[in-house]
Amino acid sequence: MTPVFTSLQWSDLLFLLEGAWNTILISVVAIILGSVLGAIIGWLMSLKNTALNLTMMSIIDVFRSVPLLIQLILFDSFVAIAGFPLPPFFSGTIVLTVYTAALVAGVARAGIEAVPPTLRAAARCLGLSYFQELRYVTFPVGLRTAFPSWLGVALATVKDSALVSAIGYVELLRASQILNTRTQESVKIMLLVGVLYFALSYPLSLLGSRYEKKMASNDHP
Amino acid sequence: MDYQFQWRPVIQALPQLLEASLVTLQVSVLSMGLGLLMGLVLYFIRKSPILPLRAFATTWIEVARNTPSLFQIFIFYWGLGEFGIFLSPYVSVVAALSFNCAGYMAETYRGGFAAVPKGQNMAARTLGMTAWQSLRYVELPQVLRAIYHPMTNQFTWIILASSLGMLAGLRELSGETQYFNSRTFRTFEFFMAAAVIYYVITKIALLVLKAIGWNLFKAERAAK
Amino acid sequence: MIILENVHKSFGSLKVLKGVNLTVHEGEVVSLIGASGSGKSTLLYCINGLEKIDSGRVTVDGTDVHAKGTDINKLRQKLGTVFQQWNSFPHLTALENVALAPRVVSKLDKAAAREVAAAQLERVGLKDKFDHYPSQMSGGQQQRLAIARALAMKPDYMLFDEATSALDPELVTEVLDTMRMLASDGMTMIVVTHEMSFARDVSDRVAFFKQGVLAEIGPAREVMESPKDPDLQRFLSSSTR
Repeated sequence: MTPVFTSLQWSDLLFLLEGAWNTILISVVAIILGSVLGAIIGWLMSLKNTALNLTMMSIIDVFRSVPLLIQLILFDSFVAIAGFPLPPFFSGTIVLTVYTAALVAGVARAGIEAVPPTLRAAARCLGLSYFQELRYVTFPVGLRTAFPSWLGVALATVKDSALVSAIGYVELLRASQILNTRTQESVKIMLLVGVLYFALSYPLSLLGSRYEKKMASNDHP
Repeated sequence: MDYQFQWRPVIQALPQLLEASLVTLQVSVLSMGLGLLMGLVLYFIRKSPILPLRAFATTWIEVARNTPSLFQIFIFYWGLGEFGIFLSPYVSVVAALSFNCAGYMAETYRGGFAAVPKGQNMAARTLGMTAWQSLRYVELPQVLRAIYHPMTNQFTWIILASSLGMLAGLRELSGETQYFNSRTFRTFEFFMAAAVIYYVITKIALLVLKAIGWNLFKAERAAK
Repeated sequence: MIILENVHKSFGSLKVLKGVNLTVHEGEVVSLIGASGSGKSTLLYCINGLEKIDSGRVTVDGTDVHAKGTDINKLRQKLGTVFQQWNSFPHLTALENVALAPRVVSKLDKAAAREVAAAQLERVGLKDKFDHYPSQMSGGQQQRLAIARALAMKPDYMLFDEATSALDPELVTEVLDTMRMLASDGMTMIVVTHEMSFARDVSDRVAFFKQGVLAEIGPAREVMESPKDPDLQRFLSSSTR
């Protein structure tokens, strides 16, 4: 007869680390894809086409006014209804990517708009084509101002990836819940989970505040 | 796609869903209020000359900002059980959200106070005001103006985050939606309704906060 | 009467005040002149207790400013202070700016506080600005607002810390005129200033501040027209462009 509760074992630590790895995986994929998508949307919005902007802004607004948890459940159930259910990793990644893109779009737009128009005009006068100017002037200059906010979005994505557990993806938080029910040693487990999340997030926060300090001291020598 | 959408159960449950939205609002307002207060206290004790106090505030702020809010809710809901502390879903969610909010607000306050010139305090003190009076009548009103916009964002965030209460068994809007979902298996329909209600709630909340700000900050309006 | 006895003050290793002695009598206007950054403002802040002193004694009407048991908030009601930066409270109208301290410090009721405020605003010539916010007022008007705000506490002394230095040149006159009016009303004033004509024409006595001490002090005309200290001679010739 096997007991209902068993104590913590070394294999459990491995299980948690596997969960942490899945958190990293889904976050990194969502951050990369979401940033690319968000940057494109942000660039489209910087073109100042009124109709396009209104459409984009209202769509983004929806993603930012509905809880991510609800978005996950909705998408997950929708693909099931539509007849091609996805494994949790894929539906989770898709929703997290789009959500991240909605946040990055605003950051990217602000970054592009922070580039002085005179600078952009000067680049064009030097003979750069529109896309050359975008690639060599607007993008690198805009990135400097947008970087701290982008880091903030990336940090949020890492933390928000915990919600993907709700549709059954076994990432770090879900892994800890499974262990909790089996071992009843929640304090140790939760402490470990907290440390792991902190270890993933804190470098991003630290980088963000360092960068902001550096920028501030550059501005006021 | 041979799925038949059925909205009737959702419409029948609408009164309950709206009632649960009030719980969502209640939890959000409570968490925001507590978060604002505790955030101010955190801001002050982080400047304290006493190291343990400072360390306490810094730890709070960093943990609040660098771990998922769902994790924070689980800590209050399940994590304290081993110490014999069992909080109700309602209390755990409010505790976790205000813990989180306080951490973020402490940082926001720092920016707000930095925006008030030092001369304001000097002028107030030379008029005979005590440090408290200067804070209460001169500095805080200006800090409030400086942080009002980030504060409204924070409030929207709390409304959305309160949906995590569902995963701790709280019957706020999401929890109530989940309850009906488990009885009818109309997942998409019910959560779509919840999404619409959340959208409307955040929009109304923003409008109300804007109106409050418009009434509160006459000086800013005059400047324009 | 304000009495400074052998006042010392340093910031870290930088000695700012090295034994300052000064007595200011009722009804007297004393101007403090000297190079920028020489510690004149610090001297004012030692009188109203914004800065602590290292040694010596400052008394206002017999009360030791820096003694332990002194109620500094009460004492400050006797000492109106006007800063270089006018520090108007941006979230309040002109009337509210002036009425705030009477209401919360002197505990007047709202109507009485507004009455006091209105009277002082009128006195400095801002009768038509009651409901204006500082952001709608010029620097000169804001500085007069700051003067009215200090006067509303019915101070016995007024301390001016380079009250016109941050103003655009065309706005200096209106503030100086207000200060002149106060002087002729018999207000006791200590004025840190770079306005040499004000020092010469309005003050009773002028003190030259140099390297942490008052190097020369005497009747205004005497000090300004026949200075003895060679540094003061150089200072005056460079100031009167």
